[in-house]
Amino acid sequence: MVNIPSTIKISFRALRVNKMRSALTMLGIIIGVGAVIAMLAVGTGASRKIAEQISSMGSNLLIILPGSTTSGGVRMGAGTQPTLSMDDAEAILRESPAVAEVAPVLNGVAQVVYSHQNWSTGIIGTTPSMLTVRDWPLSAGRSFTDQDVKSATKVCLLGQTVVDNLFGDMNPVGQVVRIKMIPFTVVGVLAVKGQSAMGQDQDDTIYVPVTTAQKKLFGTSFPGMVRIIMVKARSTEDLGPAEKEINELLRQRHHIGQKQENDFTVRNLTQIMQTAEQSTKVMTLLLGAIASVSLLVGGIGIMNIMLVSVTERTREIGIRMAVGAKTWDIRLQFIIEALTLSLIGGIAGIVLGVSGSKILSALAGWATVVSPLSIVLAFGFSGLVGIFFGFYPAYKASLLNPIDALRFE
Amino acid sequence: MSLIEVSDLRKVYKLGDIDVNALVDVSTSIEKGEFVAIMGPSGSGKSTFMNVLGCLDQPTGGRYLLEGTDVGRLNRDELAGIRNKKIGFVFQGFNLLSRTSAVENVELPLLYDGLSARERTERARRALKSVGLEGREDHNPNQLSGGQQQRVAIARALVNNAPIILADEPTGNLDTKTSVEIMDLFVKLNDEANITIILVTHEPDIATFSKRTIKFLDGKIMSDERKKG
Repeated sequence: MVNIPSTIKISFRALRVNKMRSALTMLGIIIGVGAVIAMLAVGTGASRKIAEQISSMGSNLLIILPGSTTSGGVRMGAGTQPTLSMDDAEAILRESPAVAEVAPVLNGVAQVVYSHQNWSTGIIGTTPSMLTVRDWPLSAGRSFTDQDVKSATKVCLLGQTVVDNLFGDMNPVGQVVRIKMIPFTVVGVLAVKGQSAMGQDQDDTIYVPVTTAQKKLFGTSFPGMVRIIMVKARSTEDLGPAEKEINELLRQRHHIGQKQENDFTVRNLTQIMQTAEQSTKVMTLLLGAIASVSLLVGGIGIMNIMLVSVTERTREIGIRMAVGAKTWDIRLQFIIEALTLSLIGGIAGIVLGVSGSKILSALAGWATVVSPLSIVLAFGFSGLVGIFFGFYPAYKASLLNPIDALRFE
Repeated sequence: MSLIEVSDLRKVYKLGDIDVNALVDVSTSIEKGEFVAIMGPSGSGKSTFMNVLGCLDQPTGGRYLLEGTDVGRLNRDELAGIRNKKIGFVFQGFNLLSRTSAVENVELPLLYDGLSARERTERARRALKSVGLEGREDHNPNQLSGGQQQRVAIARALVNNAPIILADEPTGNLDTKTSVEIMDLFVKLNDEANITIILVTHEPDIATFSKRTIKFLDGKIMSDERKKG
């Protein structure tokens, strides 16, 4: 019969007696576990940030840009020719089954004045469906309505950055701001959205009805013309069909012949962002791979220290056997020793990894997310390595003749 | 029934391709309360004989009865039990656990016998007192002289009330004066506690403390003499 409590006592005593060796063994485990947790936290954090940016842009988004003008053989780039109209937007919503919402956009930059504060910002003329297309809720007030669009009312929605610059802590809803000297009533405030994937402040903006923008702010010689049309597909799977339907519909509406080029461009932003997401996933995998290598190297370190420290204690094992230790007394002592080292080292490693990733995100400004899986993985691996390589030499020694263990050099 | 009875005991080591006959058909018996010195030049098989008697090593052939039990039929853990309860060891190199106090070293056999911490400490302190090491209980082996270390080893051999003490060159690392003190201790244990003592030595001076001398040569018993009186 093996006496478990006294074996535990023997193990703890042995660990205490060999403080330096115990500490070094633990250090291997601490570094291994800590490195893996911190590395994976950086990778997971990066891909989560990208995912957040994708969802902040609005999901399943297509952007239609007008085509390029050609002047004397020199093509001027996308968006230089006013070819998209309000009617195009309505037609897309009506005729393309894969499309859920459409928002035409006519934008420009203008000076905004409230009381004695003024601020230059991007003005976006659009329809209420824009808020759906971009998944953008309001934090105060209400949206403008289709009726506002129809009658070109002078109302506006402010982004949070504009509110901060013009109003400070004041509630802007119901106040009147002047855009290009024309008074607009603030009916609502857009919820905070933060930076876009390209680093732009998405909250530095003002939404006005598209008709008001056309008639009052950015008047053009083409009535009903819009700058871009934003389209929300019904689902991610519908993005492809929607792109195709829009292409066909607009070619037909713009009377483009078989061999002529499109006078518009359809861009699938979600796809671009998904590519970015893919690449961060690859990066996470890569970081994980590097971390696994360090875990492996850490494991080999643990293995070394365990093998050496148990092997050099073969004589101690011999002494214990000579005074009556049974096979499992010896094995259990070393299992408990290894287990204790792994547990304490593992927990310290988790603390190191978690606080390390916190420090990284504080110092370098990287988003880090510590995933429970990485903790389980790192802790489990180094624990198993420690226990196995602590146990294996002890197991071998426990099978020796006591006299051979005693004579071991 | 003899305490120890061996018949036709053989031990063969393999050293590369050569078989070394360490013990060749050794038969003898030892009674309770004897004080036996085993002598012989190095390589004569005396240490091998001692290790087999102590169940630290397995014979290649022959029979070993300890208090009537055929030791050859026991498994590893049963042998460990015998070493724990029946036999106390004293080695030339002391074989104490380093960085472990005297009292904890002495407690070791009791630990594997499953005794409570309080009883262990109490008995270990008593054993240390009986070998004259009162006040040194908390010293580590490296803080003790050779003679004191050997006393700790003897206390460890005594602590579980084993009826036999096997001592392999116990004075080999000690000076003459200390050697005599240690031998006097063995004589006292043999006389007063009736503990059977089997001692391996190659020094004739040391052998004179015993009551019986068995001489080994080339794995065989050469002579077996009892002291008269």
